[in-house]
Amino acid sequence: MNRIARLILLLWVLVAVAGGLLPLAPEQIELSRVLAGPSGQVWLGADELGRDLLARLVEGAQVSFLVAFSVVGVAGLIGIVLGTWSGYLGGWFDHLFVRIVDLFLAFPGMLLAIALAGMLQPGISNIVIALGAVGWVGFARLSRAQVLALRHSDQVLAARALGAGGWRIVLRHLLPMIAAPLIVEATFALAAVIIAEAGLSFLGLGIQPPAASWGAMIRDGTRYMLVAPHYVLVPGLALFLVVMALNLCGDQLRDYLDVRRSLKY
Amino acid sequence: MLRFICSRLASGVLVLVGVSLVVFLLTRVIPGDPVEVILGELASSADRQAMAKAAGLDRPLGLQLLDYYGDLARLDLGRSLFSGESVSKLLLERAPATLLLALAGLGVALLLAFPLGILAALRPGTLVDHAAMGFSLVGVSMPNFWLGPLLVLLFSLYLGWLPVSGWQAPGALVLPALTLGTALAAILSRMVRASLLEVLGADFIRTARAKGLGPTAAVLRHALPNALLPVITVLGLQLGALLSGAVITEMIFSWPGLGELTVSAIQKRDYAVVQGCVLLISVAYVGVNTLTDLVYGLVDPRIRSDVAES
Repeated sequence: MNRIARLILLLWVLVAVAGGLLPLAPEQIELSRVLAGPSGQVWLGADELGRDLLARLVEGAQVSFLVAFSVVGVAGLIGIVLGTWSGYLGGWFDHLFVRIVDLFLAFPGMLLAIALAGMLQPGISNIVIALGAVGWVGFARLSRAQVLALRHSDQVLAARALGAGGWRIVLRHLLPMIAAPLIVEATFALAAVIIAEAGLSFLGLGIQPPAASWGAMIRDGTRYMLVAPHYVLVPGLALFLVVMALNLCGDQLRDYLDVRRSLKY
Repeated sequence: MLRFICSRLASGVLVLVGVSLVVFLLTRVIPGDPVEVILGELASSADRQAMAKAAGLDRPLGLQLLDYYGDLARLDLGRSLFSGESVSKLLLERAPATLLLALAGLGVALLLAFPLGILAALRPGTLVDHAAMGFSLVGVSMPNFWLGPLLVLLFSLYLGWLPVSGWQAPGALVLPALTLGTALAAILSRMVRASLLEVLGADFIRTARAKGLGPTAAVLRHALPNALLPVITVLGLQLGALLSGAVITEMIFSWPGLGELTVSAIQKRDYAVVQGCVLLISVAYVGVNTLTDLVYGLVDPRIRSDVAES
């Protein structure tokens, strides 16, 4: 089970990184094979314009990979920096920070992302902005909670007694100690962002045609469910497998690193 | 107790003010001129100015904000930039469908999560446990915009038991509710299991069993109420995801609710309607969360006294 999960993730990363090298033509229209089922020529069948679904699946993998790692990278960086400093400094900055975080948490996250993505022009960079604007809060909350628990610990006191400055304490002492829960959070965040990107594209607010995205493929596939059920099954299965593999890995990492997720600050 | 209720309500109101401010900024600061979208690129500048004036978009941002809060206080959410209909009226028309869908989704989630979570906690490590947690993993990883079409494919197209979309036909609620509720059921069943397992090892359960109570009664009457607290918290937090999920679910099934209204308004850049939708859904979420906090205080006296002391 877990070996399968790792295999799926490896395949996803490989296809996303090296997919550009494969001789695929995801945007080549071939009217002779419109909505054709899987065959020797098109392994996973073709879409309503006769485009090769396998090639489009690979392009979708690249999009999901790019968006997932950009969003988690940006949101993680912003959230961790702000959360750690807020927890470490305390005082009025921390008070204000908690208020702002609470405000962001008061929105249903995906709704805010939908509204943001809709108001900005569609495109990869704006999806990253919309999802990042929603995603940093989780990292900020988690890292603040972890730092709060550690800021009066002996090793931080010892570092301060030895004359270490704020930056040094945060970077060299606090961050390594809170790395484990943050890594677990990042794994689950990757899964959530992949679903969110596909969701935005499903609503037509994400990747625009003719570029392929798993979410947009599912939306188009639902229109031809009766005549070509493979069309909606192929991208959905890919999405489902990658997300499940990430969730499984997150669970395993959590058990391995012995992290208990904190619900409160 | 009164003090506890007041402090929760006060922070709820504060969050609402912040939420409405964010919604206002969301539709004003972001690029994309609504006047240009409505009138098209060929419109004369006189027409544009008249349109902007009529919609109040030519005034300074600060004044627009004052107007906005003044209107909000009178529950006036403005008019649709396209049809000219009052936004409050549009929202009122759509809200019942979304409420129905959300309640049905919540019902599905609770009906699935509690039996699964309880069964898994009672027989940890067995086949039942693995099956329940397997369902949970699949449910969490399954995007609802794929689950919905799959259900339609199976139950409407192949078996022909249920309608594909719309909401008038009998049984039309079943597939949307399943689509919306599954993810929440997956998360909740995990939470029920984990928190029940923690409680089952407690002394008062041993006492209950020692005084001769059967295993079922011990679980239902003693363990479950104590295990409920973390479950309620997660439920409150996850309702936001449920409401967001409703937006997508409504698009899949052409369900005439707020989500469908939101997405079509976004596509038309109908600022007033988007603003109203996001505001209403967020207010509902904040309201439910404040209510969750209150329920939490009712269920667990320890939380009330914490607030009273601080």
